[in-house]
Amino acid sequence: MEGSNMNDMSQIDQGVAVDTLKMRARGVDVYYGDNHAIKEVDVDIADKTVTAFIGPSGCGKSTFLRVLNRMNDTIDICRVEGDVTLEGEDIYDPKVDPVQLRAKVGMVFQKPNPFPKSIFDNVAYGPRIHGLAQNKADLENIVEKSLRRAALWDEVKDRLTAPGTGLSGGQQQRLCIARAVATSPEVLLMDEPCSALDPIATAQVEELIDELRSRFSVVIVTHSMQQAARVSQKTAFFHLGNLVEFDDTDTIFTNPSDPRTESYITGRIG
Amino acid sequence: MTDMPISTAPKRSLYAQDARTKKRNRAETRFRVYGMAAVITGIIALIVLLTSILGNGLSAFQQTYISYPITLSEDRLDPEGNRDPAEMAAVTTFGYLPVIAMSLQQHLEAEGIDPGMGGRELAAMLSEEAPAQIRAMVLANPELVGTTIDAEILVGGRIDGFFKGRVTMESAERDRNVSPAQLVLAQQLAELGMMETRFNWDFITWPDASGSRPEAAGLGVAIIGSFYMMLVVLALALPIGVAASIYLEEFAPKNRLTDLIEVNISNLAAVPSIVFGILGLAVFINFMNFNQSSPLVGGLVLTLMTLPTIIIATRASLRAVPPSIRQAALGLGASKMQSIFHHVLPLAMPGILTGTIIGLAQALGETAPLLLIGMVAFVREYPDFLSTHSNTFPLMGDGATALPVQVYSWTQRSDPAFVERASGAIIVLLVFLLMMNLIAILLRRRFERRW
Ligand SMILES: Nc1ncnc2c1ncn2[C@@H]1O[C@H](COP(=O)(O)OP(=O)(O)OP(=O)(O)O)[C@@H](O)[C@H]1O
Ligand SMILES: [Mg+2]
Repeated sequence: MEGSNMNDMSQIDQGVAVDTLKMRARGVDVYYGDNHAIKEVDVDIADKTVTAFIGPSGCGKSTFLRVLNRMNDTIDICRVEGDVTLEGEDIYDPKVDPVQLRAKVGMVFQKPNPFPKSIFDNVAYGPRIHGLAQNKADLENIVEKSLRRAALWDEVKDRLTAPGTGLSGGQQQRLCIARAVATSPEVLLMDEPCSALDPIATAQVEELIDELRSRFSVVIVTHSMQQAARVSQKTAFFHLGNLVEFDDTDTIFTNPSDPRTESYITGRIG
Repeated sequence: MTDMPISTAPKRSLYAQDARTKKRNRAETRFRVYGMAAVITGIIALIVLLTSILGNGLSAFQQTYISYPITLSEDRLDPEGNRDPAEMAAVTTFGYLPVIAMSLQQHLEAEGIDPGMGGRELAAMLSEEAPAQIRAMVLANPELVGTTIDAEILVGGRIDGFFKGRVTMESAERDRNVSPAQLVLAQQLAELGMMETRFNWDFITWPDASGSRPEAAGLGVAIIGSFYMMLVVLALALPIGVAASIYLEEFAPKNRLTDLIEVNISNLAAVPSIVFGILGLAVFINFMNFNQSSPLVGGLVLTLMTLPTIIIATRASLRAVPPSIRQAALGLGASKMQSIFHHVLPLAMPGILTGTIIGLAQALGETAPLLLIGMVAFVREYPDFLSTHSNTFPLMGDGATALPVQVYSWTQRSDPAFVERASGAIIVLLVFLLMMNLIAILLRRRFERRW
């Protein structure tokens, strides 16, 4: 029922604003062996918007996020079906090198995973392998800007050569965000980026997300309704591998069309 | 409902241990005692081993010498009188023996010492190697002929053993090779300072000697042979092993075939080393016609033997790198190669190095496969491994021997002085192993400091 609904909506969307559509997923199914984790999901990720994925634990939010940059390829038993495009190009086309895709669609993981290298090297890694900096000064510039974006610069500017793994959990997560931002992706996928952060750092990251929106689209998985309401313009509600509802954030939170959405955001299922 | 207590057991004091706690504590104490006993047993075994080896072998680094003026008479050593080394080489060590024996007799007479034995018995106190020592000296410098030199030469193994406590007056009574009179004279000469037992490097640098002159047997050739074989093993096993592990662990699809390969590698690590020797014999010597007992063949056989160890250690340390690191790199758009070489491999390096050094140490101490490829030969001269004479590749020409093989062949010889030599060789082997472990630890430190 939602499926047809979605299709209608996207057709209208396409008609009015083709250029604002960044990524588009149609009829996506994901299997882990026999486990059907994602069922016929259609989602449109608009450019320069924040899209939030919400839903109870185990409903497939992380799985669907990984569909968008083909990180599922690294899981042997995982099988993805359906069409996913980035600016009209099928990202699952055999000609596509996932490495190139991931440079455009960056990712921040649920658990902070800095490299066991210096803070500087962590942030500089992406620009280095993609040749984004012309010289050393350029690279330092990128690192500083990225760390500032991630609200980490003031805390680490005096110890850029210290190991990234020596930071606190929240600082590590912001380091990972800085690292992802440094490669200038077009889409940034964030899997519960704030689950390890205190309210102040969370507010800083939310500010960052809002700022990032001016340059690229952000997809964020979150367990916090307030966070979804604060940072996102679009919200997708997943339940048991189904996309139950996908709409403007305001609509989802004030006037959801599906009873399951309503019970979830009011705290009755999950 | 919430205010109802879950159980209604009587209140117990924290000061009194209940039966369950007591039982648990007793079990823990027992376990600690077992553990401690195991560790202590191990330490005792190690101490016994070390004292036995050090007690037997340390004396191998000391040697007894006798020094006295030797008159190098021209009519015996250079009958033509033209000092041409080529012609002087015609005089063999048998020609030198009377020279040094006579000199000794004359010197004792001049000093007023009564040897208390005939000339033949007196000469028998000197090492059979002594004439060769003097001959080499003369051939290197023909001008010495006709002069009297103050030379220091080896004494025989039994006399040497007397100063090391191995030979006593009582044992000399029963020994055909030494007489009590010789020991008495040796004691007298030592008191006069003519005979001296002291540390020397000859044990490390000299080649092996025949069974009748243990005092001249050295480890030089064996050390060189082992060194070249270790080089071959390191140069082949490390890159092949690491590359194979990376492929199997990170790239290979997980299917029946790779499972089979995995099982086989694990089994190969448990295959007795002598089997690798048979394989080497069949493949490298019989099929490929490599020169038997050359260091290259030895190194190849040891490489085969070491590979499974290195592969298993490398795979284990690759697997121990958290997957989140790989994901982080892949998520940033690094290729698989980049994620492995930039992040995974440096983190796995300490484990890989440890595995490699354990493998090398295993190879260094391996005897059986080397015996099978014919490395039992008695190597009297330093082989010229690096030259390519008779159109062979370096390391493929001359035959080599290795430290453990040398230990083996010395323990096979009848003269008890070789027990000391073998123990000394074991000490050298252990020192090399310790050094390798030290290198492993240092390398690990270096790599771990980079987190
Ligand atoms: N690597 C994997 N192998 C096998 N099954 C997996 C794997 N990852 C996820 N799954 C399964 O897929 C389903 C969706 O998991 P997913 O991690 O996407 O949930 P989620 O919505 O992100 O949950 P959470 O909010 O707890 O992070 C679950 O049933 C999970 O067991
Ligand atoms: Mg998740």
